[in-house]
Amino acid sequence: MKFLQNIGLILFILGLLVFTALPFLGTYQLEPSMVEEHTKEMHQEAMQEILEPMVGKTYSSNFSFIKAYNQHFNTYNEALKEEQAWDQVIWDDYLFPLTKAASSGPVAEAPNLFMALSIGLAVLGGLLYIFPLYRNVPAGIKHDGIYFSAMKARGWLGIITGTYLIGFYVILYWYPEYLANLVIMVDPLSYLLSGNPASQWFLYGLIYTLAILVMGIRMFRKYKGNNYQTIRTVSVMFFQLSFAFLIPEILVLFNMPWHDFKNIWPLDYSFFYEYRIDGMLSSGALGMFMLVWGIILIVIGVPIFTYFYGKRWYCSWVCGCGGLAETLGDPYRQLSDKSLKSWKIERYLVHGVLVFAVLMTAITITNYFMEFSLLGQATDQLHAIYGFAIGSAFAGVIGTGFYPFMGNRVWCRFGCPLAAYLGMVQRFKSRFRITTNGGQCISCGNCSTYCEMGIDVRWYAQRGQNIVRSSCVGCGVCSAVCPRGVLKLENGSEEGRINDMPIIIGNESINVKSS
Amino acid sequence: MIENNIVILGNGISGVTCARHIRKNNPKVPITLVSAETRHFFSRTALMYIYMGHMTYEHTKPYADDFWEKNDISLRFGWVKEIDFGQKQLKFEDGEVLGYQQLVLATGSKPNKFGWPGQDLNGVQGLYSYQDLLNMEENTRDIDHAVLVGGGLIGVEMAEMLASRNIPVTFLVREKGFWDNVLPKKEAALVGRHIREHHVDLKLETALEEIIPDSSGRVKAVKTSNGETINCQFVGLTAGVSPNIEVLKNSELETNRGILVDHQFRTNLPDVFAIGDCAEFKTTPGKGRKHIEQVWYTGRMHGETLAHNLTQKKAVNYTPGIWFNSAKFFDIEYQTYGQVPAEWTEDSWSFYWESESGKVALRFLFDLEDRILGMNAFGWRMRHEFFDRAISEGWKAERVIRQLDKADFNPEFHKNFHQQLLSQYNREKGTSITLPKQSFIQKLIGSRS
Ligand SMILES: Cc1cc2nc3c(=O)[nH]c(=O)nc-3n(C[C@H](O)[C@H](O)[C@H](O)COP(=O)(O)OP(=O)(O)OC[C@H]3O[C@@H](n4cnc5c(N)ncnc54)[C@H](O)[C@@H]3O)c2cc1C
Ligand code: SF4
Ligand code: SF4
Repeated sequence: MKFLQNIGLILFILGLLVFTALPFLGTYQLEPSMVEEHTKEMHQEAMQEILEPMVGKTYSSNFSFIKAYNQHFNTYNEALKEEQAWDQVIWDDYLFPLTKAASSGPVAEAPNLFMALSIGLAVLGGLLYIFPLYRNVPAGIKHDGIYFSAMKARGWLGIITGTYLIGFYVILYWYPEYLANLVIMVDPLSYLLSGNPASQWFLYGLIYTLAILVMGIRMFRKYKGNNYQTIRTVSVMFFQLSFAFLIPEILVLFNMPWHDFKNIWPLDYSFFYEYRIDGMLSSGALGMFMLVWGIILIVIGVPIFTYFYGKRWYCSWVCGCGGLAETLGDPYRQLSDKSLKSWKIERYLVHGVLVFAVLMTAITITNYFMEFSLLGQATDQLHAIYGFAIGSAFAGVIGTGFYPFMGNRVWCRFGCPLAAYLGMVQRFKSRFRITTNGGQCISCGNCSTYCEMGIDVRWYAQRGQNIVRSSCVGCGVCSAVCPRGVLKLENGSEEGRINDMPIIIGNESINVKSS
Repeated sequence: MIENNIVILGNGISGVTCARHIRKNNPKVPITLVSAETRHFFSRTALMYIYMGHMTYEHTKPYADDFWEKNDISLRFGWVKEIDFGQKQLKFEDGEVLGYQQLVLATGSKPNKFGWPGQDLNGVQGLYSYQDLLNMEENTRDIDHAVLVGGGLIGVEMAEMLASRNIPVTFLVREKGFWDNVLPKKEAALVGRHIREHHVDLKLETALEEIIPDSSGRVKAVKTSNGETINCQFVGLTAGVSPNIEVLKNSELETNRGILVDHQFRTNLPDVFAIGDCAEFKTTPGKGRKHIEQVWYTGRMHGETLAHNLTQKKAVNYTPGIWFNSAKFFDIEYQTYGQVPAEWTEDSWSFYWESESGKVALRFLFDLEDRILGMNAFGWRMRHEFFDRAISEGWKAERVIRQLDKADFNPEFHKNFHQQLLSQYNREKGTSITLPKQSFIQKLIGSRS
């Protein structure tokens, strides 16, 4: 078993190395036909002229190719900006598609082989490592050695992993051209699903989904015997694979807009953007359904489901960000900060982002109806800021890249505007609570330590108080790890849900009220 | 010296609870918490998790470090070597003295040692304090075999700790079953099986004869009552604990095994009180209760009650409610409510159910009028509130058995054994109790009423 696991580990690392090396393979040659194919009509002439000096040359790496492109392109654009000829400046980004088109070499020739050698090996290795986990070991809490681990306790492995993830996200969001080979590699799969070439987002979606699936299986092994954990993991795996990955691609195959039916505004912050609305409105009945369904989820779905089940129905059963956090991020859940100070920061930040998203959307919608006569510029600017700061930097780079440093729910806790909305409903109008079992708490601290949302669960449990917190995503891990069976996630009558002055059962000398 | 101050010796659960509740009732009175163990209160019950790498010491502190200052509770770190009850002064090892107006003794316990030959060798230790934990870390480094002596809760925790580091363990238990002075036979067997499932070599009916040193004065083997010699580099002594009152003996303070107190925690000396593990009630505080209560929950209740008495006009007697306790044997959680002795007399009867896996079990004890007296639960979490009521109101057997779904405290979607248990009950008792029906909607929204 150990042997198999070691092989798995080696294969995984090999796959990762190949994946990391691929962008550096091959050569790059630009042809006029590529420029023709990948640039807009209006820019054809200019682009051909700008890139003329590159045509016919062979670049030995993506670095030299991208450098040359940037040189020529920027010289042209900067000159126009200097002259303030704003309408002639080219704002579109053609670097990624042109790099992708210009790449030739082993990856372009045998994409499937490289897919197998990189992503394939990593998945296979991961599975080989995971399947034998905890075999022949009784079901129970598997937290031995976490705080001695170089990976899970901010040791050197954790630092390397975090740095790699952060690097990957920065490149993905802002320098995707460097990933051209990787995107070429997944082209065949993309054609198969949507009939279109892959973008960096397809690559990302694929890796993301695989991470959830593979690490989801790890959850089954780890939480063997805890059905709540198993079932909700099946749920996030299902929603990611179907709703977030396959269905949107298949929609595209049928000339529909790419749409994730389970993504809800304001997490899906571009839902009310002009291009999305137009896309839905021009896609017939199904498009109309997308729009109406989206709105129903926001105004009816969220409050009703959250009333009955708490925000967990979304955050740890459906959501993609939550799905990744609960699977890939599970080894890091103990790294969340439990201090009062971070709770304070959390409340400011998460509600701040919500306000930002709401305002931005309000302006967008107003503009939409006024046909951009008023605040057109401002809308674009707001979108750019939000997309950069929240959509990419916060949700991506920090949200996932910081798993090994600050735990697996940094985005969900400090940034997600939908979580803030769900949280308000959960706090003030819901049947969900975590019940504290009378006087059984021994203040050991397992619950607080393993709460990914940084809730100091023990603080409530040891005074006999139920846990009713807007941030609780109902992952159920506090309940799982409690060695004394003190915590139970449950839905019940609103009466007695919030017991601010609990009485700890057991002492009849006095009515001991905590405060 | 500050006048009118309260000094609490011991910053464990009982001393800390007392301090917190005094502060709650009286915002002004100066309070000093004294301890030589750790500067801040930590949860002793979590010691094992530090060793196992589930948590660090920091995680085991129930209150943040600034809590004490915020609540104006002074902390004094240091060992008290003597108390001058006449002068009302604590004398510290470093020569300092601390005066008090009222003194609360909450000095806890220390591990029992029964005079075994070799019990003070290097590599031989109990597990009670934070220092013990640090020692255990040292003593178990790079060893290839460990022996544990004594079959109680701390013993099984130590077994789990060692197992988490893949150190082979032999566990010597003098009795016929594991912890069988508390657990009925079947439960003791269940726990024993599970301990073995974790590859611990559990040797029942085997006592420790002698611990054998090597030339450097470190343990190298133990000899058992069966004449067997087991090589080992570590011996854990876990044969119970007794009140930690060394410092207080040979003073005017009246002690027996612990510090003798009445039901208001008063000792024989004015303004001196004792709570928690170190206190011994002259008469038991209730039916079925012990003279010395050595668990977390009772320490907390002692602290709450004494704090009330020190701050309110009308003092009350300590009146504990229905007994409860819990523990965990490796992966099997155990809860108990009310009274379930290891053996019961003719005036009560019991119903026992165990799952096929042999890892989930419930025992109920009823009197001859079928009123519930107590219950043990293994691998099945129960609602404290439910059994607190059922037992104090004397619910009848059928009512308890039928309503078990309301007592169920397992996580959602957990395998439900209620029907199985009911069927067995019906078979044994010739009854025909059926499961309460839940409508689809009730199930869907997870209602339990
Ligand atoms: C490993 C372990 C696991 C346990 N698990 C459980 C459990 O799961 N459930 C349960 O109910 N109970 C459990 N217990 C028992 C429980 O922890 C004790 O009953 C409880 O901690 C006693 O609290 P206390 O406040 O009376 O004393 P303590 O917590 O022992 O505090 C006494 C303090 O006083 C200090 N002190 C004593 N004398 C002096 C002096 N002269 N000068 C300075 N300082 C002094 C000591 O150093 C110590 O810090 C466990 C105990 C151990 C050791
Ligand atoms: S409180 Fe418990 S259920 Fe809620 S997020 Fe924290 S660990 Fe998960
Ligand atoms: S894990 Fe359980 S016993 Fe430990 S502090 Fe939390 S609620 Fe209390």
